Amino acid sequence: MREFEYARARDGREAVALCEPGARYLGGGTNLVDLMRLGVETPARLVDVSRLPYDRIEAAPSGGGARIGAAVRNSDLAAHPVIRRRYPMLARAVLSGGSGQVRNMATVGGNLLQRTRCPYFQDVSKPCNKRHPGDGCPAIEGDHRNLAIIGHSDACVATHPSDMAVALAALDARVHVIGPGGERVVPMPGLHRLPGAEPGRDTVLEPGELITAIELPAPPPGRSVYRKVRERASFAFALVSVAALLGVDSAGVVRHCKIALGGVAHVPWRAARAEGALLGRTAGPDAYAAAADAELALARPLPRNAYKVTLARNLIVATLTELAP
Amino acid sequence: MSTIGGMRRVEGREKVTGRATYAFEYAVEGAAYGHPVQAPIARGRITTIDAEAALAVPGVLAVVSSADPPPLGSVEDPELAVFQSPQVAYHGQVVAVVVAETAEIAREAAETALRIEYQAEPHDVVLRPDHPRLYAPERVNPAFPGRTEKGDVEAGLADAAYTVDQTYTTPALHNNPMEPHAAIAAWEPDGSLTVYDSTQGATAHRDTIAAVLGLRQDQVRVISRHVGGGFGSKGTPRPHVIVAAVAARAAGRPVKVALTRQQMYDMTGYRTPTIQRVRLGADEDGRLTAIDHDAVEQSSTLKEFAEQTTTPTRVMYAAPALRTTHHLVRLDVPTPSWMRAPGECPGMFALESAMDELAEAAGIDPVELRVLNEPAAEPESGRPFSSRNLVACLREGARRFGWDRRDPRPGVRREGRWLVGTGVACSTYPAYRRPSSATAVAEDGGYVVRVAAADIGTGARTVLTQIAAEALNTSPDRVRVEIGDSDLPRASLAGGSMGTASWGTAVVRACEALLKNGGQEGRADTSEEVAAGSAFARHAFGAQFAEVRVDADTGEVRVPRLLGVFAAGRIVNPVLARSQFIGGMTMGLGMALMEESFVDPRFGDFLNHDLAQYHVAACADVQDVEAVWIDEEDPYLNPMGSKGIGEIGIVGTAAAIANAVYHATGRRVRDLPITPARLLS
Repeated sequence: MREFEYARARDGREAVALCEPGARYLGGGTNLVDLMRLGVETPARLVDVSRLPYDRIEAAPSGGGARIGAAVRNSDLAAHPVIRRRYPMLARAVLSGGSGQVRNMATVGGNLLQRTRCPYFQDVSKPCNKRHPGDGCPAIEGDHRNLAIIGHSDACVATHPSDMAVALAALDARVHVIGPGGERVVPMPGLHRLPGAEPGRDTVLEPGELITAIELPAPPPGRSVYRKVRERASFAFALVSVAALLGVDSAGVVRHCKIALGGVAHVPWRAARAEGALLGRTAGPDAYAAAADAELALARPLPRNAYKVTLARNLIVATLTELAP
Repeated sequence: MSTIGGMRRVEGREKVTGRATYAFEYAVEGAAYGHPVQAPIARGRITTIDAEAALAVPGVLAVVSSADPPPLGSVEDPELAVFQSPQVAYHGQVVAVVVAETAEIAREAAETALRIEYQAEPHDVVLRPDHPRLYAPERVNPAFPGRTEKGDVEAGLADAAYTVDQTYTTPALHNNPMEPHAAIAAWEPDGSLTVYDSTQGATAHRDTIAAVLGLRQDQVRVISRHVGGGFGSKGTPRPHVIVAAVAARAAGRPVKVALTRQQMYDMTGYRTPTIQRVRLGADEDGRLTAIDHDAVEQSSTLKEFAEQTTTPTRVMYAAPALRTTHHLVRLDVPTPSWMRAPGECPGMFALESAMDELAEAAGIDPVELRVLNEPAAEPESGRPFSSRNLVACLREGARRFGWDRRDPRPGVRREGRWLVGTGVACSTYPAYRRPSSATAVAEDGGYVVRVAAADIGTGARTVLTQIAAEALNTSPDRVRVEIGDSDLPRASLAGGSMGTASWGTAVVRACEALLKNGGQEGRADTSEEVAAGSAFARHAFGAQFAEVRVDADTGEVRVPRLLGVFAAGRIVNPVLARSQFIGGMTMGLGMALMEESFVDPRFGDFLNHDLAQYHVAACADVQDVEAVWIDEEDPYLNPMGSKGIGEIGIVGTAAAIANAVYHATGRRVRDLPITPARLLS
C-alpha cells in the first residue's frame, strides 16, 4: 500500500476543495480500500465524506417521493420503513448486495460509484483498458463468463456491479452532485456511461464532483420487485438481475412499467425497449416474452457468456409473471 | 464400543477470546518483514535483477534473490529451492524477497523499486486429454501403483447388457484455509533456527526445513500451536518458510512472512484439475461386469505430483474386470498438492456419477445398484476388509432420508419455480496410520502428555486429552496435552485422516507404559507396531444423500438437504466428529456448485485468486446438513478402534448433488461446478 493523506471535510464545499487531482472521496471504503490494497487505486489523498451531513432519508408526505443522503449506509436505506413501503425493489436490491457487514459500512454514494469486478481490472499484473487506456482488454478473449452482453465495446466488456443502482435506474432517480462548477442534477439512467473508447470513465461525473443525495420521484402505481441470480446464495455479484415494476389496470392492460437489468452492461441497464413493448399491451407471459426479446435483440454475447441472454430472458419473463401473472 | 464423550475443545476459550496465538502473531523482538516477489511469466528465465533502488528505499534491510543464491542444503522438493536458479517454472513462483522494517515498506519496495527482467518463453498451462506429453506415472500419491488391472475389461464391457462410457471433469481447486500461510524465522546466536509456522505437522516440517537449510534436526525448532485450517495445503513446508529463513539470515534479524491471499493461490498447492473417463458394464441384473477408470491430470515441470484419483475405484465395487489408470502431463504450472481427500474426492465424483448413470440405464434404484455390487473383499487386492458397513450406511441413510418415497423419473417434480430432485452417492477413505511417539508424565497431581501433533481446527488437542484420560483411567481435566512443537516427541502429520489413529496410538502406549512403570513416566514409539501392518483392507465408508432445488428459469441450484451416514470405526468425540463430517460435506457442496480456480492460458496464473472471486459456500448455501454414523466395532485398527473422519465428508457430496440435479432436471452435468451457465447452455 502506498502512503496517502487522509482528510476529513466538514461540509460538501470543503470536501470539493480538498479533492484535488489524485484525491478520492472515501465513503464506507468497502470497494475503494480493497482496490488500494490491490494497487488498482493509488490515491494521493482520501477525502472522508462519510461524516458529512448527508446521512438522512427524507420522505415527502404520502404519495410523494424521497430524498436519500449520499452518506446513508446501505443497511439503513434497506431498513427504512418508507423505502420498504414505497420502493420495495430498492430495499430488496440493497439487501441482495454484499454482506451484512459490508452493508453496514457502504454508503449510497459509494455504492453508485463502485468499480467493476472484472477479474482483469482487479489484477494489476494484467492489461486493462479501464486502468491503462491502450493496454487492450484481455477479457474479450479470456474469462468473460460474468461480463457484459449489451453495450460493450472493443475496449471493454466490464459490467457495473451494483444492485442498488439497478433499482435506482428503474425508479428514475435523480442524483444530486456538487463540484468545482457548482451544483447539478444527473438523471438515472444517465449517471453511468457505456465504455465506448473511454472505458476508464465509469460515469459522467467530472473530477472533484461529489454525490450528495439521491432523489426519488413518487413511485408509479404497481407492484415492484428485485430479483438477483447468482450461483452462490449470498455475497456474490449478480450473473443477471432485474428490477421491475408493473402497473396493470382492471382490464389487464399494462399502464406502468419500469424494468432495469444488472450484470449485463457497463451501466445499470434500463430496458426501455421492453418497457415500450409492454405499455398499453395486455399483461401476460406472451407479452413479457416479446418484451424481453425486444430488449435482448440488442445483446451481442461473447463466446462464453451467451447463457446470459437466455438467463436474462427467462428472468424478465419469470419476474414480470410473478408481478402480474 | 461407546464414544468417550462430547468434550468441548480444550482451547475453545482461548480461541473465542482471541488469545490463541497463530504463527504470524508471536511477538518476536526485532522482527522485520519479508515480502515475497513473484515471477510474472509462466516460463522463462530471469535476465537481470537490480536491487539497488529497492535497497535505497528507507526502511529496506535486504533483498535476497538468485542474483546471489543463498546456500541451501539438500533440497528434495524443488518448490523449496528458493532463489537457486534464474529459471522460472510457473507464473507466481517466488523469485526474490524484500525485507524491511514494516510489511508495507517491503511490499512497496518490491512492487515499485525492485527491477527484475525476464526472458519469457512460450508456456503451456492447459490440461487436455489429448496432450502429446501425457504419460502414465509409475506411482500416485503417496505410493500407490499408477495402474492396476485384473480380469478382461474389454470383454466385460462387450458382454455387458448395460454400459456407461462417459467423461467427467473437475476444475483446479484451492484449499483456502482461513489463516493464510505465515512464518516467522529467528536465528539464534548459536546458529540454530526457531520457526513459528502454520503447519499440519511440526516434526516433518522441522525435518524438511533442517535438510533444506543444511542444518541438523536438533538445530531447528518449529512451533505451531494453533493453525487456522490447512486442508492439506500446510502438510508440506511451503516456499515462504524457506524464504523467511534466508531473509532472516540476510537481514540479521528475525523475519515475518505472511502470504497474501493472492500469493496463496500460487505458492501453497491446489487440487489438480482432472479429466476422467469411466466405463462401466453391467449384466441384466445390474451386476458389474467391468469397471475402467482413467484420470488425466497435471503436475508442474518442477516435480511429479500425481493425484491418486482412481484409487477409490479399487476399493468400491465387485467386478470380475477392474482397471484403474492415471495419466499425467507436466505443465508450466505450480505443483499441485494435497487438498482434502486427494484422489478420493475427485475420483468418487466421477465413479459415483457413472454409477448413477448405470442405475438409470439399467432401471435399478441407485441404492440397490450399489448394494447389489457390494464386494466380499477389497476388489483390487482381494484382502478382507477389517470392517465395511457401506450397505448399512446406505440402508440407514435411505431410511432417514425417505428414499423409499422417491419417484425415479427425472425432471418431473416442480414446486413453484423450483425443480426438485434427490440423489445418492457413496464415500470412502482409507484408514491410515503412521508411526508417532509420545510421553506421559505425572506432574502436579495430574498428567502431562507430549506429542508433536497438530490441531488444525479439528479438535485434535481435545481428542488426545480424552484418549489419554481414558488410558490413564482418570478424568480429562487432570490431563494436559502439549502439541504443536517439534521439540515434543516426533509425530506424524495432521493429514490423510490419520491424526487420531497415529498420535492416539502413541499416547495410549505412553500412558500404558506410565502405568506399568509405577505411574511416573512413560514413553512410546509406535514405529514397530505400525510397521507390522495388517492383513486387512482398512477403509471408512459412507453414504451421502442430497436434495436439490433447481430454478427452472435461472439454473440456480440450492441444496435444502444433505445427509451423510458414515461408518468410520469408533467415534471418539461426537461433537468434534460431527463438525468434521459436516465441514467436509459443506466443502463438497462448494465443489459441486461454485468452486473453480480459473486459468487464463495467455497468462498462466489463477485469475480468480481471492475469496471475492473464488467462491466457497456461504452460510446461506448451507441449509440442513446432517451427519450421523453407524456404530462400528473394528479390532484391527488401533487401540481406539477409530478410522479417520477429516476427509470422508467431502468425498461423496459433489456426486450426490450432481445426481440430484439430474433427478431434478433431467440434465446430467458431468463438469464441475454445476453453475447456471452450465444448466442454461
